[in-house]
Amino acid sequence: MIAELGAFALLLALCLSAAQAGLSAAGRGLNSPLLRGAGEGAAAAAFGAVAIAFAALTVAFVTSDFSVANVAANSHTDKPLLYKVAGVWGSHEGSLLLWCLCLTGFGAAVALLGRGLPAGLKALTVASQGALGVLFLGFAVFASNPFLRLDPAPLQGRSLNPLLQDPALAFHPPFLYGGYVGFSIVFSFAVAALIEGRVDAAWARWVRPWTLAAWSLLTVGIALGAFWAYYELGWGGWWFWDPVENASFMPWLVGAALLHSAIVTEKRGALPGWTVFLALAAFTFSMLGAFLVRSGVLTSVHAFAVDPARGVLLLGILGIAAGAGFALFAWRAPSFAPGGVFAPVSRESTLVLNNVFLSAATATVLLGTLYPLIVEAVRGDAVSVGAPYFNLTFVPLLAAALLILPAGPLLAWKRGDLKGVLQRLWAAAGLAVLASVAAYALYDPKKAFAALGVGLGVWLIAGALVEVGERAKLGRVPGAEAWRRLKGLPRGAWGMTLAHVGLGVFVLGACTETAWKVEAAETLALGQTMRVGAYELKLEQASSVDGPNYLAERGVLVATKGGREVCRPEPERRFYPASRQTTSEVALCFRGLSDLYVVLGERRATEAGEPAWLVRAYWNPWARLIFLGPLLMAIGGAISLSDRRLRLAAARKAAPAAKVEAAA
Amino acid sequence: MKPHLAVLTRALATAAALLCLAAASDPSERLKDPAQEARARALFQEIRCVVCQNESIDDSDADLAGDLRRMVREEVAAGRTDAQIRTGLVDRYGEFVLLKPRFSWTNAALWTAPFLVVILGGVALLVATRRSRQVQPAELTPEEEARLARLTDNTVPPVDEITSKGRP
Repeated sequence: MIAELGAFALLLALCLSAAQAGLSAAGRGLNSPLLRGAGEGAAAAAFGAVAIAFAALTVAFVTSDFSVANVAANSHTDKPLLYKVAGVWGSHEGSLLLWCLCLTGFGAAVALLGRGLPAGLKALTVASQGALGVLFLGFAVFASNPFLRLDPAPLQGRSLNPLLQDPALAFHPPFLYGGYVGFSIVFSFAVAALIEGRVDAAWARWVRPWTLAAWSLLTVGIALGAFWAYYELGWGGWWFWDPVENASFMPWLVGAALLHSAIVTEKRGALPGWTVFLALAAFTFSMLGAFLVRSGVLTSVHAFAVDPARGVLLLGILGIAAGAGFALFAWRAPSFAPGGVFAPVSRESTLVLNNVFLSAATATVLLGTLYPLIVEAVRGDAVSVGAPYFNLTFVPLLAAALLILPAGPLLAWKRGDLKGVLQRLWAAAGLAVLASVAAYALYDPKKAFAALGVGLGVWLIAGALVEVGERAKLGRVPGAEAWRRLKGLPRGAWGMTLAHVGLGVFVLGACTETAWKVEAAETLALGQTMRVGAYELKLEQASSVDGPNYLAERGVLVATKGGREVCRPEPERRFYPASRQTTSEVALCFRGLSDLYVVLGERRATEAGEPAWLVRAYWNPWARLIFLGPLLMAIGGAISLSDRRLRLAAARKAAPAAKVEAAA
Repeated sequence: MKPHLAVLTRALATAAALLCLAAASDPSERLKDPAQEARARALFQEIRCVVCQNESIDDSDADLAGDLRRMVREEVAAGRTDAQIRTGLVDRYGEFVLLKPRFSWTNAALWTAPFLVVILGGVALLVATRRSRQVQPAELTPEEEARLARLTDNTVPPVDEITSKGRP
């Protein structure tokens, strides 16, 4: 019964989305507040209907209703509750339902929260979001329905891939999809602005919080995925330049570019066409990602819910949505006024340069990801483009963007004083050079590029702090006055500072971990030891463990440094009978910002015939920063968002007061 | 369902092939000379395990990856150069085996496109700022600047921006 309710709610949501698109568009066309209101109501109702469908599928998973095909394929009675719930979005159908939930959710949010929006722009945004809803809900209902029944129902399910049964991965898809699909509302804003023929500061101001929200969610989603790869896949890597990772990275890069170009459009009225283009591109890349990940056109380690037939349908949806958006752009954008003027040295210029480098980086990732497909289509040859290509192309582009970053916020709009800015940044530059030299001198083996990377990270962090200091006039006014100014800084400023510091923290961690990680692997019998970096590991015992839905072998090791015990890593090697898969449960010893990373490998025998285990261990210096950095960036985004709401609320509060004054 | 160690061990052994565990660091495969081993490991990261799902032979646990590692290690130990080893692999498996496509005319688009985008963007920026210099020949007074900001912004900027405008 629950499944039928879900199926009905999903179909209802499709109809409501169609109504949302039709009513809102008609409301704009006929200039009727009644129709516009009805469209907004339909948007809220569509979200409600998808939420009911989602709840129904969740209930089916939690109660292990194996008469539902999707539950039978992805769940198991022995699975812990968290992973039963996470199983909802662990399959093609379920994840698409989550996609639709986010899509209609953002539509409803604009309909209900966007009170200050111009009526026409709002109606068209809601209509465009409704049209996107029709495309994706239609796909969910007719090609990817999660509520199909099985008859007879099996007694037991086939369970979720054990690699996915992990807390980080349970929460990875909701954040990721919140980000991916959050860009849909930005896309709809762009479509609405193109139809209205007006892209101005007010439009940019409306788009920015939504972009910020989507981008922050995507940041958390990607970071969770990287963290999962880091400790669950068992070889300590966190980014592999795999097509699936690239698919999530491209919308992130475009979103970051959009955040910065929208500032230029909001503050200076410049670059309206480019900002709209990015707004369309961000969601286009999200849809491209959905297609690449699910169609199987590219081979990937993370191939997820691959289904070529439905992949073609997704490509069709991508073609229709992006085709319509960009056709509209080609038609309307040439009529936009070019907007504000600025000198080569100005804040606008640095933001444009940021966009140039981010666009080039996106183009690189796109080309590298699709190049094997292109070559196969054109020449019929099979080629590979892997991590070494991206390291040689993407990394220098990003480094160039990061090098100019600290100067940007210090430069004035329109025409900046480069000399003055560099004078203010000399301390940050000095620190960065010092850090580079120190990293080169102290770390072994000597790696020049990584040492430069460490310097770049310090440059970003110090540069962001200098900027805060400048705003507070630290050192130029009395301490109390500086403190007052510091407290009075808008949250948006703090958000930017935190995001830029987070980027620096990430660069520090990524360079240090990549360049100076230490790897060791030995076959250890009980009581034997091995060295990894400054640590000594001794295998004390090995035992079998009975988990809720797995059997495991657990090794107990003792890690010592200079003869002193520092921790007891207990890595596991798990076997999941339901899916006949083995996973490794890595043991992480936190050593400040660094990790001692221990993996239990297969059981072997020593030459004497004693039982022994292959133990791999890594010393990952500053690995913690790789995940802390993106977290800081996302928190920065959230803080900026709270600023916006505060300011809007303050404006509303101030308005009646002004009226009272006028009356007096 | 109490696990018996024998059952568990057998299950783990049969399932081991599914698990990828930085296979190249296995002590039973290693070369004696650390310098040669380091060279081999660097090469592994550029070579695709051709039967796997987008993994280098450094990461993959597949049999073929093991065979390729053995072959590369033997060639490194025999004193062949990286270029010779790569050429040998391409002769056998085609360009597909290289995770880093070669710098060649056929791959020119792949290697130059990122930097072409930067150059194009730079030119666009120069054109835009040059145009703006023609549009705006004279320096604006601070009063005019503030008025312009008000007009183009069509909203009153927040307080911090008014104060920051006074900054040099």
